[in-house]
Amino acid sequence: MLFLGDFSVIKPDPGLLFWTTVIFLIFWFLMSRFAFKPIAESLKKREVDIQDALDQAKKAREEMSHLQAENEKLLAQAREERAQILKEAKEAKDEIIAEAKERANAEYKRKVESAIQDIENQKMAALVDLKNTSGRLAVEIAEKILQKELGNKSEQEAYAKSLADQIKMN
Amino acid sequence: MTAIRKFWISLVFSGLSVFAFAQAEHDEHHSAEAGHAAEMHSPCGHSVSAEQEFNAGDNAVHHIADANALHIVGDLYLHLPCILYAPEYGWTITTTAAFHPHHHGNGTKSKDGYVLVHGSVMRLQNSALAQGEFEISDYTHQDIEENGKTKTVYNAIIAGNCERLDAKTTFDGGVMGGGITSFYDYSITRNVFTMLLTVLILFLLFRSAAGAAVRRQGQAPKGLQNFLEPFVTFIRDEVAKPNIGHKYEKYLPYLLSAFFFILGLNLIGQVPFFPGSANVTGNISVTIVLALLTFLISTFSANKHFWEHTLWMPGVPAALKILILTPIEVLGLFLKPFTLLLRLFANITAGHIVILSFVSLIFIFGKAGESVGGSVAGAAASIPLTLFMMTLELLVAFLQAFIFTMLSAVYIGTAVEEPHH
Repeated sequence: MLFLGDFSVIKPDPGLLFWTTVIFLIFWFLMSRFAFKPIAESLKKREVDIQDALDQAKKAREEMSHLQAENEKLLAQAREERAQILKEAKEAKDEIIAEAKERANAEYKRKVESAIQDIENQKMAALVDLKNTSGRLAVEIAEKILQKELGNKSEQEAYAKSLADQIKMN
Repeated sequence: MTAIRKFWISLVFSGLSVFAFAQAEHDEHHSAEAGHAAEMHSPCGHSVSAEQEFNAGDNAVHHIADANALHIVGDLYLHLPCILYAPEYGWTITTTAAFHPHHHGNGTKSKDGYVLVHGSVMRLQNSALAQGEFEISDYTHQDIEENGKTKTVYNAIIAGNCERLDAKTTFDGGVMGGGITSFYDYSITRNVFTMLLTVLILFLLFRSAAGAAVRRQGQAPKGLQNFLEPFVTFIRDEVAKPNIGHKYEKYLPYLLSAFFFILGLNLIGQVPFFPGSANVTGNISVTIVLALLTFLISTFSANKHFWEHTLWMPGVPAALKILILTPIEVLGLFLKPFTLLLRLFANITAGHIVILSFVSLIFIFGKAGESVGGSVAGAAASIPLTLFMMTLELLVAFLQAFIFTMLSAVYIGTAVEEPHH
């Protein structure tokens, strides 16, 4: 015959009450201290880390696209600058060549002119010298003629002729 | 056929999570143990060792009960410490080995007045036997009328005499058939042993996971850590945070401890052989302690807002408060932990009884057919049913641990809730 008396699980047992309390309290303490605390902390930290990593990735992505745009802008700018520099260099080159040509021409002209001037001067000096000499000779001849005229006409002529020959000799 | 009908009756009752009644029949089949046949007709009832008709109800009730003897297989026992206190004689500290148990946890010797019957320690009422060792040839049980109530009493047969036995003290005030008797049992019983073992396993598992969590800081979790962390996250995010709010961190270790304590014991209780099979969370003493802790935590955490709404609900006429609301609320204060302890206890015990009843089919059929053929038929019916029930119990193991934790969180949450109006 079965009675409630045998159904012991429904009867609070002092021994089991005592041991359950002791074991559960120790379990609670040990688990909180050595298991749940580090696990909860690491979970929390990991969640924060993951969120941070996601945020950072998003930020990095944004930055990356921003940088890319900037890069493209810089590249375009550089290209433009290069073209500008090339253009300027070409211009400078042309300018230098033109200038050199001009200078060479001017120098040449100057040299030619100075040569012409020298020739002219020499020529003038020679002419002056010739004038002077011929003048002096004419005077001398005239002087001698004048001296001879008085004596003999034929002699005079001969003399003049000899003088003239002397000039030729010279 | 009566055996089968008896089985169904017991099944219906056990399914209702009430204890199983079974009409006992005292057919006196002859014992396989011929040596005890003589005691069958002893003046003080029926021998416990003599073979009787198989009783599924008795069998289930016996298996879900706590016991001092931890039976492993055959006549092999893991001898557990017995810490016994009789107010008149003081403490007796020994192990179950002192009782020399053999079949069904029945001891063959008494020790300082204590004996072992069906794996449980009982005490001889006769003060002449309160000291030393005595040879016990058998135990009997007998139904007697006392104060108009029928109750079962156990006797030990010592030197041919019937010696009445006292069961250990229980705190049910006699309502459930127990009460204060001649001794208290603070032994490491099968349930206590299972609790210690479960707590140890859980601690080692979690210690390892926590160690990995600290050691592998900043790395992805793996292995055991990866297996256990989702449970912790679940309790934190689905149980603690939504019910308690921003103060959840203070109560999280308790909720986690309760959850894993209950879950671990539910699961180990499912294992049908050593070191499992103990019905720990299906014992009211265990659920009382857990529910009491939830009650104490929620009550001592309760703020002014909670007490105001419990004792003197604002905005309600005073007469209504005094007559209806306050008494109901105060009653509710104690009913909440009571339902908490009863729910867990009843669910687990009911599950165990149903499984044991299904397993009993094999023996009932075997007996009905008096043959191996009957047993085979019983097994054919029993195995799928037991398998189904065990799967269900696996679900219940998780479910009840979750419900207990969830409701604890709800009660704590109501107690610490801030006014928001």
